[in-house]
Amino acid sequence: MTGLEGPAAATGGLLLLFAAALLLAASGLPALLLGWRSARGEGWATLLAVAGSAVGVAGGIALLAAPGPSSLRLPWLLPGGVAFGGDALSGFFALPVFVVGGLGAVYGSAYWDLRRHPRHGRRLRFCYGAGLASLVLLLLARDGLTFLVCWEAMALGTYFLVVTEEEKPAVREAGWIYLLYSHAALLCLFALFALQARIGGSFAFGPVPASAPGGLRGALFLLALVGFGIKAGAMPLHSWLPGAHASAPSHVSALMSGVVLKMGIYGLVRVVGLVEAPPVWWGATLLSLGALSSFFGVVFAIGQHDLKKLLAYHSIENIGIILLGLGLAVTGRATGRVDWVVLGMAGCLLHVWNHALFKSLLFLGAGSVLHATGTRELDRLGGLARRMPATATLFLLGSVAISGLPPLNGFVSELSIYLGLTRAALGPGAVWVALAAPVLAATGALAVACFVKVYGIVFLGTGRSAAAEAADESPRRMLVPMALLGGACAAIGIAPGLFAPAVDRAIAAWGGGVAGGARWGAFVPLAWMPVAAGALLLLVGLLAAALVPTVRRARARQPDLPTWDCGFVGSSPRLQYTASSFAELVTSRFGWALAPEVREPRIEGIFPAPSSFHSEAGDSVLDRLLRPAVRRVEALAARLRLSQQGSLQQYILYIVIALAVLLLLSLRPGWIPGGPGGR
Amino acid sequence: MALSQVAVHLLVLLLLPPLLAGVIQRTKSVFAGRRGPSLWQGYRDLAKLAQKEVALGAGTTWVFWLAPAVGLVTTLMAGLVVPLGPFDAPVSFAGDFVLFAYLLALGRFFAATAALDTGSPFEGMGAAREVSFAWLTEPALFFAFLVLARISGSLQLEDMLRAPEGALWRDSTAALVLTAAGVLIVLLAECSRVPVDDPATHLELTMIHEVMVLDHSGPLLGLVEYGAAMKLLVLEVLLLHLVVPAADIRGWLGLGLFLAGMLAIGVLIGGIESTMARLRLARVPALLVAAVLSCGFALLLLGR
Repeated sequence: MTGLEGPAAATGGLLLLFAAALLLAASGLPALLLGWRSARGEGWATLLAVAGSAVGVAGGIALLAAPGPSSLRLPWLLPGGVAFGGDALSGFFALPVFVVGGLGAVYGSAYWDLRRHPRHGRRLRFCYGAGLASLVLLLLARDGLTFLVCWEAMALGTYFLVVTEEEKPAVREAGWIYLLYSHAALLCLFALFALQARIGGSFAFGPVPASAPGGLRGALFLLALVGFGIKAGAMPLHSWLPGAHASAPSHVSALMSGVVLKMGIYGLVRVVGLVEAPPVWWGATLLSLGALSSFFGVVFAIGQHDLKKLLAYHSIENIGIILLGLGLAVTGRATGRVDWVVLGMAGCLLHVWNHALFKSLLFLGAGSVLHATGTRELDRLGGLARRMPATATLFLLGSVAISGLPPLNGFVSELSIYLGLTRAALGPGAVWVALAAPVLAATGALAVACFVKVYGIVFLGTGRSAAAEAADESPRRMLVPMALLGGACAAIGIAPGLFAPAVDRAIAAWGGGVAGGARWGAFVPLAWMPVAAGALLLLVGLLAAALVPTVRRARARQPDLPTWDCGFVGSSPRLQYTASSFAELVTSRFGWALAPEVREPRIEGIFPAPSSFHSEAGDSVLDRLLRPAVRRVEALAARLRLSQQGSLQQYILYIVIALAVLLLLSLRPGWIPGGPGGR
Repeated sequence: MALSQVAVHLLVLLLLPPLLAGVIQRTKSVFAGRRGPSLWQGYRDLAKLAQKEVALGAGTTWVFWLAPAVGLVTTLMAGLVVPLGPFDAPVSFAGDFVLFAYLLALGRFFAATAALDTGSPFEGMGAAREVSFAWLTEPALFFAFLVLARISGSLQLEDMLRAPEGALWRDSTAALVLTAAGVLIVLLAECSRVPVDDPATHLELTMIHEVMVLDHSGPLLGLVEYGAAMKLLVLEVLLLHLVVPAADIRGWLGLGLFLAGMLAIGVLIGGIESTMARLRLARVPALLVAAVLSCGFALLLLGR
């Protein structure tokens, strides 16, 4: 029952991850004890978080390099003991936790300086460390109960991170919705693990055999889909996500979007991986959900003009892309197609890494913009590339990466998924899988549109407000983490071959014998990526070098040349295209889904009075579906108040009736279905 | 593959584009009863632009002047994964069609970003249109790729484009014709031709591509024009291989056939531009949806 088992590298990795979790959990404590005026608390928190992350990265790499899984069983704490374990899949998902978490801690030390935020700085440090530690333990949990405990610790830790600025009503509301959704997910997971324990005989993660009743397996899948889908933010279960991500401090948003969402994906991957020979409809469901999330995620994103909300909707899009990969892999498992399993799973897993990298880069960039200007409103920004050149360049890098364009990392994972989907078109069988490819193409084109809009409106043109005109570049402690994330995006994009072994190990840990030792590199032209990227960079570099003297001459000769204004004098920054007008061509097509709230003034008379136009795209699922439904339920529930008159006798009567019913049930007369008498 | 083959491929890719633009221009002139500029005017324009000085708006950043270079290089690289008539593609690997589409998207990303860099409302308008129509052209293009992949049984663009010939072409004529119609619409939209955009218009409010490059001048404008012409060539190659089932004719005859085909498509585009009016902006998505449906239906025909 007790003991640590497994190959040396795997047990070492497991212990390193525990050490990392301990360091991270402890990282906020010194600051709590030292008082807010002390700079030392800040230093300790950052130091411990970075040390924990470094130890964790080593542990994650050890797990990926280990030839097999390790396990640790402790007989205490929970009924049946606590089971932990480490394998390549855990290691794969753990690495972004430490990379994003550690870099976020460094960024946060400048972004959310303790001395400027006496009210919530120390609590933020503590919850940040504790939340990271719960993520690590969640990845190591190997039985249902341990998993649920870690899951709840993660949900609460991140809840307190979201409501850091609790004095703002919008933040409290976002936090409340997040908490509700988290617990809805938790309920599903309770049912899920109870069901799994019933099929497998214990809470320990064990294979779900193909011989188990189909109905139970189907219920297991649907519960996992809803429970983990809520956490991952898959559409239409996503409504908590935009508010929560926008309200949290930016390095927390980076963590939430880059890492915490992936725990939903991890859970889904882990649970589906336990099931032997899944039916085809699971893959089809995942593919449809992925297509829906990716396409409508980006459609909703393009309608936003709050920088962080826009990025949050893009997380939904990327979760959709990840689900497309997973759906392809599950379909491959159901139909015995090794190539789909490898290509789909590689796309899914690598996109987990990629999204963690570029999305946290973008959220940190958005944080720098917020830090410098005090606003997230796109239409109040502009021209920041001249005030904050380093931040702008890094944000542009992230924008190209998230749009899935070569030569950066987003392209590699999308290529893997595209290849799998197109292979389906070759036949035989399941040609319908290929229909996801055009959806992914449309998503990619919309992502380009969306990030042209973001980068163009925020960083280019002329400032649209005084705050944007007065912005200053961020300090180095904020720029260096972003630069490291950007470097990682470029590394995966240019030389994906270096990371292929990690992907292969994780696929093997997931698919077991299904992948049959097939390697990702056998299906994807990994060797061509450095060639294509090198040629692209070299040719652009050569042309740029040729242009530089011309550009210098032009700038020196005419230093203050205006743009072409069509002969209109009195040009002002307010004439520039705005975020809403840029998106209008797309949002007007999807009015039925976006349901933007528009306040359009009537313009009357020859000399109309000054007026203003306002449009706002809320979350349709929340505003048009859930809120009305909750109100309806509330109205129905209000009728139950008739039975609550505050009279003691009446309540005693209820108790007597309940007792009588229970007595009747315990007698188990034959007419109650399910009772032993009924069998 | 022989080095000389690659050299000729590159030469065609680099030298042909301005002539194509000239052919379209000449066709339009003939339709309008004018004599029109020489077929070689494109080359003269480029040479002249290369010698001119550049004017840069004060607010612009490096994105503004780097974008034309990115546009040209991405198009050139996209041109390396397609076969040009008798010449094999110098670069070919499984999934190169994704690289093809995404390289063009990278060029579009930078072109639109550069337009926003000027801060001009007109250029913002053009950029918004350019990137907004792409969400319908890309799925059409990918449906076309799926059709070709299914016909050829390959995931390499070269084999996909070379496959429709002989018996294969006869067996799937209907699907190929539908795909070709879709690709033609994609070509017209991506290269900003009538009926999606009018390259000859002079009203900023109605332009797409032209309004995005209002501020580019001298060599920068030259790069933009050259890149646009090359994009036209690369997309025409896709169309040509779909409609002409004669890819196995090699040597000089093959080259002649290829050039004739390219110029014929140029004449076709010129003809379309002369005989059609451009669509109202709000109607353009309907045309693009038609392209998606056309290519999608082609896949359906093959999926039986």
